[in-house]
Amino acid sequence: MNLTHILSFSIWTPIFLGGLILLLSGKMSDTQAKWFSLISSLISFLITIPLYTAFDFSFGQFQFQEFFHWIPAFHINYHLGVDGFAVPLILLTSFTTVIVVMASWRSIKDRVAQYMAAFLIMSGLLIGVFSALDAMLYYIFWEAMLIPMFLVIGIWGGPNRIYATIKFFLYTVLGSLLMLVAFIYLYLQTHSFEVVNFYNAGLGLYSQILIFLAFFMAFAVKIPMWPLHTWLPDAHVEAPTGGSVVLAAVMLKLGAYSFMRFAMPIAPDAAIYLKDFMVTLSLIAILYIALIALVQKDMKKLIAYSSISHMGFVTLGLFMFNSIGVEGAYIQMISHGFISAAMFLSVGVLYDRLHTREIADYGGVMHAMPTFTAFAVFFAMANCGLPGTSGFVGEFMVIMSAMQNNFWIALIAASSLIFGAAYSLWMVKRVFYGAPRNQKISALKDISWREFSILSILAVLIIIVGVYPKIITDMTNATTVQFLEHMQLIKPITSLPMDV
Amino acid sequence: MNQLIQSDLFLILPEIFVLSMAMVVLMTDLFIKPSQRWIIFALSQLTLLGGAYLTGQNFSHETQFAFSNMFVRDGLADFLKMMSYVGTSLIFFYSRSYMKDRNLYRGEYFALVLFALLGMMIMISSHNMLLVYMGLELLSLCLYSLTALDRDNQKATESAIKYFVLGALASGLLLYGMSMIYGATSSLDLNVISTSLLNHPTDHAILILGLVFVVAGLAFKLGAVPFQMWVPDVYEGSPSSIAMLISSVPKLAAFAITVRILAEGLQSMMVDWKQMMLIMAVLSIGIGNITAIAQTNIKRMYAYSTISHIGFILFGLMSGTLNGYASSLFYVVSYMFMTLVSFGILMMMSRKNFECETLEDFKGLNKRNPWYAFLMLITMLSMAGIPPTVGFYAKFMVLQAAFDAGFAMFVVYAVMMALVGMFYYMRIVKLMYFDEPKLKSKLDVSMDMQWILWANALALLFVGLVPHRFMDATAQAVALSLH
Repeated sequence: MNLTHILSFSIWTPIFLGGLILLLSGKMSDTQAKWFSLISSLISFLITIPLYTAFDFSFGQFQFQEFFHWIPAFHINYHLGVDGFAVPLILLTSFTTVIVVMASWRSIKDRVAQYMAAFLIMSGLLIGVFSALDAMLYYIFWEAMLIPMFLVIGIWGGPNRIYATIKFFLYTVLGSLLMLVAFIYLYLQTHSFEVVNFYNAGLGLYSQILIFLAFFMAFAVKIPMWPLHTWLPDAHVEAPTGGSVVLAAVMLKLGAYSFMRFAMPIAPDAAIYLKDFMVTLSLIAILYIALIALVQKDMKKLIAYSSISHMGFVTLGLFMFNSIGVEGAYIQMISHGFISAAMFLSVGVLYDRLHTREIADYGGVMHAMPTFTAFAVFFAMANCGLPGTSGFVGEFMVIMSAMQNNFWIALIAASSLIFGAAYSLWMVKRVFYGAPRNQKISALKDISWREFSILSILAVLIIIVGVYPKIITDMTNATTVQFLEHMQLIKPITSLPMDV
Repeated sequence: MNQLIQSDLFLILPEIFVLSMAMVVLMTDLFIKPSQRWIIFALSQLTLLGGAYLTGQNFSHETQFAFSNMFVRDGLADFLKMMSYVGTSLIFFYSRSYMKDRNLYRGEYFALVLFALLGMMIMISSHNMLLVYMGLELLSLCLYSLTALDRDNQKATESAIKYFVLGALASGLLLYGMSMIYGATSSLDLNVISTSLLNHPTDHAILILGLVFVVAGLAFKLGAVPFQMWVPDVYEGSPSSIAMLISSVPKLAAFAITVRILAEGLQSMMVDWKQMMLIMAVLSIGIGNITAIAQTNIKRMYAYSTISHIGFILFGLMSGTLNGYASSLFYVVSYMFMTLVSFGILMMMSRKNFECETLEDFKGLNKRNPWYAFLMLITMLSMAGIPPTVGFYAKFMVLQAAFDAGFAMFVVYAVMMALVGMFYYMRIVKLMYFDEPKLKSKLDVSMDMQWILWANALALLFVGLVPHRFMDATAQAVALSLH
């Protein structure tokens, strides 16, 4: 098999198939649309598999590169390529799309074809973001991806969906427009939009700080970091289950990935200079947001806040500037992709049956749904970092790297494990244990084979990464080494010599 | 001598053709029955086709002057004329059934639009202030009377009077400014003005005063803040098809005279007009975008969105570099095509006795006609400047040129205002996709209109995906014509 255009295929196959579903939407019945989408998402997933099997992980550089001139007037190229940071996320994206299509099988009844098509197109655009090596190409995928998500939340969302989706849109665009300004500045400096040229732009500290802050606005909104996180709980609560899953599992990773691809290597001095700032924000996210999660009454909101708290570990790990921190952050990203997807799917299972997400409306679900309860308890355990699950590995590595840096940072970060256990297990207790709250709950049916298979795939993946994280560190190792070498090309600066 | 005249006439062949065809259209209308109006329609389209052929046949790559440097034909002029033909042709297609339903589908509509086109062509090609003024008046008088075409409509006549009074005032300002520049340089020829300013720096005060008046006049024609008062009222009052005309093609001509007068004639006063442009651009982008949020009438919203787009166009112009002019040219042309689709959809949704005017009318369009909602989605994304549409590259080029010229902080400001703009464009998307329709009925749209709308809207997307040819064309047009 010829793999030179594998990335283009990974991007455009789901977009093309999604477009086809849109075109045929008038002629297909809902069931046909569902099967067509499932097959399309499986094909798209299979296409991305060779990225893993044929990738040379001992080599940290970009692979599977594709290059041709796109807009010569502005030196914009269609340049794709992936390194160890991108491949796992691409696989996560195409995998999540399959899960989403399966999970939405029964819960979506209105305009099914459009819904499925939106997710397929979104998956292609997301893969585009992860594999673009030209800043303008990256920006175009980044912005284009907003549209399907905007529509998904707005059309299939909950009662307050319009507020949530417009907030989501404006927050994200606010950041990305500043990122565009930073790209224009870098273009005028280097006369190119090539990411690799940006790395060697040789900017002074002052311009690096401005660029870093512009990128920060774009990526911190996406991760999201405190205090730019307020769109996320709204978006999650209103989004349909599939939307929440993609949002949590993949879209949040975009921000962290972009820090590793753009903000940190392009402005390394600024990243080191602003380290304390970033670490402080991460710790606030980890601790304060965990406390907020504790008092939530809505299950989805609780998981949304717990996502923000877990993403705090990712930024904390990244800004420790050592290999265990970066790899821990990366494992945390992947693990959060599985766990948050599983948690949102579990809420979706309950919501499909009782149409409420209020914790107070549940109680004693275990008596009616024993199999489902087993899964839910397992995912909650993984969420609070039970050893043996993937949640433990990432957090543990990040805390270790923090310990190498500063005892107090590690202490604060580690204390959040207690709060994580508190909010996850307390929710489990209130929802699943005790006597059945009312007739409706005792009449619940346990999960179907479809739900069982989705949840068990995720559970298996969580255990595999938890027991054998080498799968992921093998992929990222070479790239991490290279990343850190690049970051340390310039010695840390302690005073601020201003240069314009 | 004779030969000279001949080559002069050869250069203005497209103008002569459009002029004579406009008269033919006017005369033919007297001799046909109302049921045979399609002849007029066909003749008008033929005029545009012929004009495009004549312009394209001798597509100019070098600057040629005619009638003792009054008239210029260069890459910029030919490019803009070509775009004007396309724009006018689209206007005829879009407005056909709309005008029929309102009993305005008459010969004088076509004749007046063709005369307005002639005025624009003259403006685009003028290299002398007098000719600029002539073309401008020809265009403006046609537009005033077109606004009042629906003469029994009180709103239309009111806005026509408003437009006429303010327009006459602006023309007066422009003329006054020109006379001062004439006084200082003793010429109306842009070449002569430019060289004499360069060689003999004259009394600065008079020139600045003249410049202020000229810029004010131009800003009025473009519709930039603080000379924007007429825009929303005229858009709201006039029939949608006329509002579409006013908002689209004449902006190309206004752009052309602005570039010619300021960037060519008064090049050595760039420091002065740059400041004025900067203030107008900042105000237009800000006031246009913020005021648009508060509108419930969609035509008024389009009007304020036009004002903000004009702000972006001025942003490119004020960079004062070839790169900046090229980006503005790219912007103004892509703006024209975006506006045409947006108004085209507005007219498609209007029917006999029903004027699609408020934002509410877009509610639930996705449930009624999902594909038209999709076209509108593309248009709104393009207006908001979200990739991969052409509107994104327009904004990107302008911002990049302004950044290059040292306006970094203003670029950040413009970007923030673009964010404000996104809100009201996305609100239309919200109405179309997230709300329930008031009317369940599907829209009944004629075949030709459907195809043209599709082609126009998809062009916004397609040029957004492969913009380099279009970028090269604008860059070349500017590079060949301005030095």
